[in-house]
Amino acid sequence: MSERTERSEGHERMPSQHRLSERTERSEGHERMPSQHRLSERTERSEGHERMPSQHRMTSGDVVFSVEDLTVTVGTRRGPARAVAGVSWQVRAGETFALVGESGSGKSMTLLAATGLAPRAATVTGRVRLLDTELSALPDDRRRRLRGRHVGFVFQDPMTSLNPVLPVGRQVTEAAEAHLGLTRRAARTRAVELLDLVGIPSAAQRVDAFPHQFSGGMRQRVVIAMALACEPDLLIADEPTTALDVTTQAQIVELVADLQQRLGTAVVWVTHDLGVVAGIADTVAVMYGGRIVEQGPVDAVFDAPTHPYTRALLAARPDPARRGEDLVTIPGAPPSPLDLPPGCAFWPRCPVRADPRCEHELPPLTPVGDGHTVRTFYPGETP
Amino acid sequence: MTRFVLRRVLQSAVVLLGVTLVVFLLLQLVPGDPVRVALGTRFDPQTYEALRARAGLDQPLPVQYASYLGHALTGDLGVSFRTGQPVSRIVLDRLPATLSLALTAVVFALLVAFPLGIVAAVRSGSAVDHAARVFSQFGVSVPDFWMGIMGIILFAGVLGWLPPSGYVALTEDPGRWASHVALPAVTVGLVTASILTRFIRSSVLEVLSADYVRTAEAKGLRNRVVILRHVLRNALIPVVTVVAVQLASLLGGVIVIEVLFAWPGIGRLTFDAVQARDYPVLQGAVLLVAALFLLVNLLVDILYARLDPRITVK
Repeated sequence: MSERTERSEGHERMPSQHRLSERTERSEGHERMPSQHRLSERTERSEGHERMPSQHRMTSGDVVFSVEDLTVTVGTRRGPARAVAGVSWQVRAGETFALVGESGSGKSMTLLAATGLAPRAATVTGRVRLLDTELSALPDDRRRRLRGRHVGFVFQDPMTSLNPVLPVGRQVTEAAEAHLGLTRRAARTRAVELLDLVGIPSAAQRVDAFPHQFSGGMRQRVVIAMALACEPDLLIADEPTTALDVTTQAQIVELVADLQQRLGTAVVWVTHDLGVVAGIADTVAVMYGGRIVEQGPVDAVFDAPTHPYTRALLAARPDPARRGEDLVTIPGAPPSPLDLPPGCAFWPRCPVRADPRCEHELPPLTPVGDGHTVRTFYPGETP
Repeated sequence: MTRFVLRRVLQSAVVLLGVTLVVFLLLQLVPGDPVRVALGTRFDPQTYEALRARAGLDQPLPVQYASYLGHALTGDLGVSFRTGQPVSRIVLDRLPATLSLALTAVVFALLVAFPLGIVAAVRSGSAVDHAARVFSQFGVSVPDFWMGIMGIILFAGVLGWLPPSGYVALTEDPGRWASHVALPAVTVGLVTASILTRFIRSSVLEVLSADYVRTAEAKGLRNRVVILRHVLRNALIPVVTVVAVQLASLLGGVIVIEVLFAWPGIGRLTFDAVQARDYPVLQGAVLLVAALFLLVNLLVDILYARLDPRITVK
C-alpha cells in the first residue's frame, strides 16, 4: 500500500524532474560562467546591506507554508519551558521569509516543531499548513513523507550536518530515492546534476567523495543540493551561514537567492544577521522570548522599526561609517524560557518602557502599517 | 592497502618477538623445577642431570632464549615435558575447540547485544531500555562460572536437554557439536553480550543526537532507514573495537569455563600446563594466544578503514 503511494508520487513528479534537468543543462557550460559573475556582483552589493531591487524576485504566489498560533512547550528537568508561544506567519511561493532573533528566541524551534522535527520532549500546538495539507492534523508517518519531498532543510553547521561515512552524492539524492522512487543509477546522475547546480566544480568526480574531503562552504553547497533534491516547494534554511567565514557566507546567500529565482521555491531563512535579511527577505518576523514582537514587509520593518527590541537590534548592527567606535549592544540577557516575564519578554531590557502595562500584560499584536504588525500598546507614538 | 597490511604485519611480528621474550623471562621467575615434576618424588641425580641437559636447561638464559627463538621460527616450539609430544601439535590441536567456543559465544553475544542495545537506545527510557540495563548489570556482575554451573544444573540436570560437558569436533558431528557448545558458549556469551549491550546503547544514543541524523530525519526518510543507514554505520565504528577486544580475550581461552565444561581448548591447556610446570607447552599456548590477539587487531584496523572513510590507508 505504502509502496503504491510512493510509486504514484514518483510518476507525478517526473515532469518536474525534467524541468530541473532542463534547467541544469541550460546552466551548464557557457551559461554557467556569466551566472557566476552575476553571483559575485550581487554578493558585493548585498555586502553593503543594500536591499535587492524587487524585480529580481519572483512575483508573490500562493501561500506555500503557514503557521498559526504555534506554541511549543519543552519538558525539562526544571519544569516546562515555553520555547515558542502563539507564533503565526506565512510564506508564499518565490518569497523569502526571514525569522530573526537572538539564540534561544525560538526561531529554530518554531521550524522544527512546524515540520515535525521537534524533540520528543516537546509538546506542539497550533495549525501548520503546507500547500493544501494541514500538517498538524497528520500522523507522523504522513508528515514524514512530505518532509524532504516538499520541504528541504539547510542546517546551520555543514561540518556536522552531513553523515561522515556516506559519499556526498548518496546523501544528496537519498530523499529523491525515498520519495520519488529514483533508482540508484538515476539518483547518481541526478546527484551530479544537483552538485553542479549548486556550483561544485567537477561534480562528476566529486560525487563519490566523502564530506571530510570538502571545505565548509562546499559542504554547505552539498547540503543545499541535498535540500533541493526533490525540488521542494519550501526551503528552510536554519542559520545556514552562521558557521561559515564571511566571504563564504555571501556566496551561500547568493547561491540560495539565485536558486530560489530559478526554481521559484519559497524560502524561510532563520538568521540573526540583519544584513542578510535586508539583502534577501521579502517579509521578516522578529522573535524575542518565543514570541514574534514585530512582523512585516522587510522595507517597512527596516524603515520604520516600531518595537523597542527591533530598534535595538537594528541599532546594534555594525555600521562601517562609525568604524572605530564601540559597537552598540543591548544590555542584559534574553530571558530563560523556563522563567519568562509575565508581560512583554523584553521589558527587563527595554530602554523605552513607554507603557507601564508592558511589565505585567502581554502587549497585543497591533497593525501599524500595510501587513506590518507590532506587539505593542502604543502604536504610532514612537518616542 | 597492501602496504598498510604489510606494515601492520611487520609491526605485529615485532610485538610477537617481544611477547616471546617476556614469556620466556616470566617463566624463569616461576618457582618449581619442571624436571623434578616430570620425575616425581624419587629419582636418581644422574637421570635428573641428563634430562636437564637434554632440555637445554643447563645452558645460560640468553642461549636458552636464542635457541628457543631459532626453533620457534621453524615452527618447532619444543616438546612437552610431560608427554614428549611436539608443542606446536599440542597447541594447534586445541585451537579448533577454542575457536568454536569463542566464535559461537561472540556470535551469540552479537545476536543479543545488537537488537537489545539499538532498541534500548532508540526507545531510551522505555521498558526495553530498563530490561536491557538490568540484563547488562546482571551479566557483568554475576560470575560466569556460577552461571555455567546454574546452566548445567538446569539444562543438563533438571531438563536434560544438553550434555553437561565435553567436546565434539564440528567436523565430526555438527549436531552433537552444537549441543555441546551451546551451554559454554551461552555462558561466556552472556557476559560479552552484557558488555556489548551497554556499549552499543551508549554509542547509538550518542549518534542519535548528531546533526546528520536530524538531517536524515529532515529528508523524510523512514525511521528504519535513518537507523540503519545513518545511525548504525556511525555507531558501529567504536563498537568494532570492543567486539574485537572481547573476541581476542575469548580466543585466549576462557580458563574457568573450559575447565568447568571439560572443554579441551587453549584455556584448559594453559591451566594444565601451569599445573604440570610444562614450560614449553605454556610458552606455546601464550605465543599462540598473542598471535591470535595480534591477528584480530590487524583485522580490526583493516575493518576500521573500511567503515570510516576519514581514516586513510596509505
